[in-house]
Amino acid sequence: MDNVGLIGMASVISSGLTIGIGAIGPAIGEGRAVAQALAAIAQQPDEQNTITRTLFVGLAMIESTAIYAFVVSMILIFANPFWNQVVEQGGG
Amino acid sequence: MKLQDISPDQVVYWQWGPFSLNATIVFTWGIMAFLVIGSWLVTRRLSTDENISRWQNMLEIIVKAIRDEIRQVTHQGPEMYMPLIGTLFLFIGVSNVLSVIPWFSAPTASLSTTTALALCVFVAVPLYGVSRQGLLKYLKQYVEPTIFMLPFNIMGELSRTLALAVRLYGNIMSSAKIVAILLTLVPLFVPIVMDALGLLTGLIQAYIFGVLAMVYISSATRAHQQEQQQEIEENEGES
Repeated sequence: MDNVGLIGMASVISSGLTIGIGAIGPAIGEGRAVAQALAAIAQQPDEQNTITRTLFVGLAMIESTAIYAFVVSMILIFANPFWNQVVEQGGG
Repeated sequence: MKLQDISPDQVVYWQWGPFSLNATIVFTWGIMAFLVIGSWLVTRRLSTDENISRWQNMLEIIVKAIRDEIRQVTHQGPEMYMPLIGTLFLFIGVSNVLSVIPWFSAPTASLSTTTALALCVFVAVPLYGVSRQGLLKYLKQYVEPTIFMLPFNIMGELSRTLALAVRLYGNIMSSAKIVAILLTLVPLFVPIVMDALGLLTGLIQAYIFGVLAMVYISSATRAHQQEQQQEIEENEGES
């Protein structure tokens, strides 16, 4: 197989793997965080505001790991530097 | 903006030599003009009567909500932080909400905009810290438990700035990209649902950016406050 096909195949497969595996950890983490926050709100409904704000900030922190994986997979598909280099060499 | 474009930086409207006018700059200035002219129009005729205009009512609600939120997060007066945090929240929020308009690409979907915003926070943290506690006490925070924590504290400062930028960029870009991909697959009705979800995540991201900036700044100014509280408690104990 030539270079273009190899790079295209590797990029597509690894971008799928990136977002697929990268979403597992944050999903588990966010699920646990929300479950704990719901239990806390059920126990102490008066503290709902504080718990919700802390929950949102924490969720954003956890979610950023998934977002990193997503950005990497988007770069692999839409702005792949290796692909561009090979295409330039082939075209030029 | 085509499907292949990963950020609105790549949409160039006008080019002259090394200077280019891309979609990010155009829409950033558009939002800035919208915010400035809108708030000027509303605050031109402020009144304290019983009958206030509905626009003044709206702005009062927004400003009051931001002030209350800052006060709750920092346990300090909001006056000092209101200009920075309020501006960040309003700019990000308006740009994310306006992204439902067709042909409008939110400037926060570009990594350069979010990096600039995160750098503002990165610069603001030591500025507020030094102005509240003085230079020596602020620098002392970096060697706080032991001197060996110095490189980790500096690395934490840098990496949280990176995280702040990439988080906002990734969230907004991903919602725009998902809508674009769905438009090519199921162009009827389904993209609208994802757009509505994008509105929600956009506002939450604006809120989170503001709160995180506030938390970073208040953690740099907090040591001072704790000492003050200790002094107050000691004085009360003596008297």
